[in-house]
Amino acid sequence: MTKAITVSGLHKSFGRTHALDGLDLEVEAGEVHGFLGPNGAGKSTAIRVLLGLLRADSGAAQILGRDPWKDAVEVHRRIAYVPGDVTLWRNLSGGEVIDLLGRLRGGLDARRRAELVERFELDPTKKGRTYSKGNRQKVALVAAFASDVDLLILDEPTSGLDPLMEEVFQRCVREERERGRTVLLSSHILSEVEELCDRVSIIRKGRTVETGSLADLRHLTRTSVTAELAGAPNGLADLPGVHDLDVQGRRVRLQVDTDRLDAVLRSLGESGVRSLTSTPPTLEELFLRHYQDETAEVAAR
Amino acid sequence: MTTLAPHLAGTGTLLRFALRRDRAMIPIWVGVNALMILSMPNTLKGLYGTAAERADLMRQLTTNSSLRALVGPAFDDSLGALTAWRVGVYAGALAAVTSLLIVVRHTRDEEESGRQELIASGMVGRRASLTSALLTAAVANAALALLVTAGLAGQGAVGALAFGLGLAAVGMLFATMAAIVAQLTESARLARGLTSAVLGAAFVLRAAGDSATDDGSSVLTWLSPLGWLENLRAFAGERWWVLLLFAAAIVVQGAVAYELAGRRDVGMSFLPTLPGPAAGRLGTAGALAWRLQRGSVLGWGIGFFLAGVVYGGMTEGAAELVGDNERAREIFERMGGQSGITDAFLASMVGMLGLIAALYIVASVLRLHGEETSGRAEPVLAGAVGRLRWAVGHLVIAFGGAALIMLLAAVGFAVGYGKDLGPLVAAALVQLPAVWVVGGLAVLLYGVAPRLAPAAWGAAGAVLLIGWIGPALDVPQTVLDISPFGHLPKLPGGEMEWGPVLVLVALAAVLVTGGLAALRRRDMTT
Repeated sequence: MTKAITVSGLHKSFGRTHALDGLDLEVEAGEVHGFLGPNGAGKSTAIRVLLGLLRADSGAAQILGRDPWKDAVEVHRRIAYVPGDVTLWRNLSGGEVIDLLGRLRGGLDARRRAELVERFELDPTKKGRTYSKGNRQKVALVAAFASDVDLLILDEPTSGLDPLMEEVFQRCVREERERGRTVLLSSHILSEVEELCDRVSIIRKGRTVETGSLADLRHLTRTSVTAELAGAPNGLADLPGVHDLDVQGRRVRLQVDTDRLDAVLRSLGESGVRSLTSTPPTLEELFLRHYQDETAEVAAR
Repeated sequence: MTTLAPHLAGTGTLLRFALRRDRAMIPIWVGVNALMILSMPNTLKGLYGTAAERADLMRQLTTNSSLRALVGPAFDDSLGALTAWRVGVYAGALAAVTSLLIVVRHTRDEEESGRQELIASGMVGRRASLTSALLTAAVANAALALLVTAGLAGQGAVGALAFGLGLAAVGMLFATMAAIVAQLTESARLARGLTSAVLGAAFVLRAAGDSATDDGSSVLTWLSPLGWLENLRAFAGERWWVLLLFAAAIVVQGAVAYELAGRRDVGMSFLPTLPGPAAGRLGTAGALAWRLQRGSVLGWGIGFFLAGVVYGGMTEGAAELVGDNERAREIFERMGGQSGITDAFLASMVGMLGLIAALYIVASVLRLHGEETSGRAEPVLAGAVGRLRWAVGHLVIAFGGAALIMLLAAVGFAVGYGKDLGPLVAAALVQLPAVWVVGGLAVLLYGVAPRLAPAAWGAAGAVLLIGWIGPALDVPQTVLDISPFGHLPKLPGGEMEWGPVLVLVALAAVLVTGGLAALRRRDMTT
């Protein structure tokens, strides 16, 4: 499989702030890749380097097999970008902007444009200054989805969209994948990421801390288990990977590293199980683990 | 009627906030205006030192309608009265511009950007924003009045007070005018444009009235607030009741603004924004740049053409007057040409428009900066558009637009003067190398240090100051030589010199190239 984006050891500082501190990122062609991290982690900086708007201090980056800085124009012909905060020209109508952005890329599919305008319920005749935030966002989204490109870079694209429009957005992303396009989706909306992304990369302080499919990542976290047993539990405390064990008579509550779940279930089975609930880790827990480390560190300072 | 007090909650806080935001802008605008006014008695003393010279000037003013159209009639030959005569119209216009910028900046600009919502959601009364904007303008105008009154007190305290108050009154009249217009339009740019157009109309009405009569009594003059200022007759038997006229107009306009503000929603306007096309034909960065700038090119073009017509029409009369004054002729010759007072007058007027074109080119080049910092450049540059092509799209309009407006000015001059189209076109175009150098400097600043790009306004302002009042102030030649305009051949009338013209063109090319090279290599900012 070819890579749509490869980034390794990317560094970028602004004065004394190190926005990117050795970032790695690999996006396979044809996948929807989630790009996650707390505010200020360097997501937008990384995207702006990939767009050739910023020049990396060191490290390597390739996008669609080319250098994002040197070959910016050729690369951009095959890319559509949606920023998280779209600003429009005040005296241009939404329709004019959509067509302009499409022509500045590889071109626009007129039929798809009309269909998207319909689906996003956008009035393309309004002038830029009269759009609400959500509608400005829709203008950029319609322009991106209707463009004839290979790679979509979406930087928190759904901020300001209502739940119905969020639904439309998700359907559009799925269609893009079906058409074989690659999507890099930076987002804070975890349900969105869970729903759409084949693989995710989590970055913190300008560095990649986790990358892989959601299934891979789930393995790294803990499953919570609650059980009512026929006999007394035994040996649970000695099992590796068990945390927060709480035994009250025959009721047992515990957390276990997901890749050690097997041993715990066997041990419980030996005591005889009356009832059992096992909750897989939610994506929230996954992120909170990474996000919270940071808050804890900040608090400790 | 409900009481106003609850609607004004938070005005004090907003006023302090506005003054803090304008801490650089107000002192600069007011300071430049005061400097222009306070330097005038000295200049005039040099020009019209003897009683005979002054009497001569007064006689000329009664017979020369062109000159009256340019600066208005004088009512006395004291230095104070002549100062009020010579700078009154222009200082009043400058005070008006300062005031309208302040008011629009703190009203419509805030609403358009959405910042007003954030403010209005606090413990802020419904009329607090408008009130604090007007008070901010009042502070600026009061400072001007104070500086002028104190600075000109040596020419007569009563006259100085009247002149200072008159200027402040013109300022507040346009502040309240801007407050009304800001309720009507949805865009701040349009509000500034419309209020400036009213100011332009006031100037034209006064000029027309003053060219018809020599004592400011024409109805046309009385229709213009700038005409009221001259009819206040500072230093010449002040007519204090004219200030009541100002006060009444300010109160009425203020009341209208408050009434309109009370009848609309935040962010809305009385002039609706019309829908645009559902599909667009724009397809390139260059077309987008033209679309964004065409309105302003058109506005500048019309302005330059009309200015050409007006000044061209005054040429014969003005040259007649200058011809009688040895010292003024000397100044005109330093500003303009060597032979023939008419040519010298034309050359200096074309040169003045050249200086103003420097403002156009800076504004146009800095569109790049505005597009970049607002984030609007980002989606364009994320398309298949190189930075150079994006920048060049705007620069073609900046540098070509400067040529276009100078050409239109030349045509205007030829229409007003009635002849000499060829030499006037040459005179207008020969200004371009200097205009382009200023534009090139703006490109260089923008490319190398985008944060410092607005400093290009400083360069344009310095060039304007040197070219405008430098010759009259006996500034040493080395200072005059800093300005690229100082090296241009004086056309019409003078000898065409290709050397300096080509050097300036080359310099402009180097500056632009350097700026673009730096732009290619640096990070884009947002």
